[in-house]
Amino acid sequence: MILEAVAFYFFAGVCVTSALAVIIARNPVRSVLFLILSFCSAAALFILLGAEFLGLILIVVYVGAVAVLFLFVVMMLDIDFTELRSGLLNYLPVGALVGFILLIELILVFLITLTPGTTTPKAPSPPLHTTPNTNAIGEILYTDYFFLFQIAGVILLVAMIGAIVLTLRPPVQRKGLPPAEQIARSPSDSVETRDLVSRRGA
Amino acid sequence: MIEFITDILIPLAWIVAHCLAIITALLLTLAFAMYMDRKVWAAVQLRRGPNVVGPWGLFQSFADLLKYVFKEPILPAGASIGIYFLAPFITFLLAIAAWAVVPVNLGWAVADINAGVLYLFAVSSLMVYGVLMGGWASNSKYAFLGALRSAAQMVSYEVSLGFVIITVLLLAGSLNLTDIVLAQQDMWFCIPLLPMFVVFFISALAETNRPPFDLPEAESELVAGFMVEYSSTPFLLFMIGELAAVILMCALMTILFLGGWLPPIDIYPLNAVPGWLWFFAKLFVLFFFFAMVKAMVPRYRYDQLMRLGWKVFLPLSLFYVIATATVLTVIQQGILI
Repeated sequence: MILEAVAFYFFAGVCVTSALAVIIARNPVRSVLFLILSFCSAAALFILLGAEFLGLILIVVYVGAVAVLFLFVVMMLDIDFTELRSGLLNYLPVGALVGFILLIELILVFLITLTPGTTTPKAPSPPLHTTPNTNAIGEILYTDYFFLFQIAGVILLVAMIGAIVLTLRPPVQRKGLPPAEQIARSPSDSVETRDLVSRRGA
Repeated sequence: MIEFITDILIPLAWIVAHCLAIITALLLTLAFAMYMDRKVWAAVQLRRGPNVVGPWGLFQSFADLLKYVFKEPILPAGASIGIYFLAPFITFLLAIAAWAVVPVNLGWAVADINAGVLYLFAVSSLMVYGVLMGGWASNSKYAFLGALRSAAQMVSYEVSLGFVIITVLLLAGSLNLTDIVLAQQDMWFCIPLLPMFVVFFISALAETNRPPFDLPEAESELVAGFMVEYSSTPFLLFMIGELAAVILMCALMTILFLGGWLPPIDIYPLNAVPGWLWFFAKLFVLFFFFAMVKAMVPRYRYDQLMRLGWKVFLPLSLFYVIATATVLTVIQQGILI
């Protein structure tokens, strides 16, 4: 139990500190790296709670894919940071307001769910030591929330197609080399053998 | 106080001892895998390969280790020091950490966690950060270009790797690595999933930046890719990390497709051989193929690499996921049988 508590405070501390560092760091690449650290410690917190599936999915999806693209873009962009930083104080009230609203929402949610007898969860989570939580999540997603899950999938598909449509250029403007043409080439139509006379050229 | 010792210190010491044992065994394996890699490569090119240090050059890797460690680490001008030195450590650490869940024999994994496959996938998807951070922090164009290439390549091939793993999970019905191996007692998964095995092998080559997909290093155009600026121990850590990732991929293929520690047929002389020997035999056979590919196949062009990943492997593996799921459902509903 003590070990768990120590681990919890460690990861929670790292999570909050690195989240702060994201907005304080001077360099955008460092900001993203701190964001990744924050994701990782959040994943560790999930695992401490026994939700290893959520924790690992958080790492695979957010750290392994989303944050990589983030880092990619931030590294490639030539951003002037002193300029970006100058607006920090202007945005501070808005940020504080958003944070405050989130805090109030969280307090409300906890007040409602933690008061006994107010709500009954639709699908209570099975005990962790009998069902691996991967199975538990799968059972809930594919039975009680099947349609919502499918709708989420369709929305993602639409977003993907939308992104492709927005970035797809017509074939004329594309700069790729068609593989079929490359394979269809033969030495007879691209290489020519000539007998050259010295000092006269082709 | 006694409770503190029995409840915390002793389990902690046990875990640490486990980890040390795994790391030592892994590093020794890596040293000889490196030697094997070079020997195979040399044999294909009709050279002798390392043959000076120790009998048949067996201790070459240890000599290399000493050489790297005693060299001077050079810090490029304008590098961000923290990230520059963090990058090789992350690569090394992740490559080692992944081995915590690998079951070499029945019940031999340090941590036999429920979501073992997911853990391995997560760790291998984090490997890209070592490359990206190293390339960016070096403050060099070649290193940066190499890092960008590598990141794009690893992220692309992770997608098809993920789908291949899903087909295996569908057949095994579990995310636990031990359960996956035990599910192959009747038939190794490489038989019904042969095309996926091939896809996984090639994707693993791309994921670990091995030839013919070693574009991040591409000495002919990028000098040596993201690790140009590294020397001495940090460079060594990158090298060990990469090789450990390759061995990890071999281990993953052994577990997912070749029945882990199980013998090919469950009859007397074969099942008397200890499981870990089978595991390592399979692992090194796969590693031999990795080495042969490195020696024989010319390097891909970058657009060919991307085309192969997105336009060939992704649709193929997606189709196989659907096909596997359909076949399993049909069998379970008892329509065919």
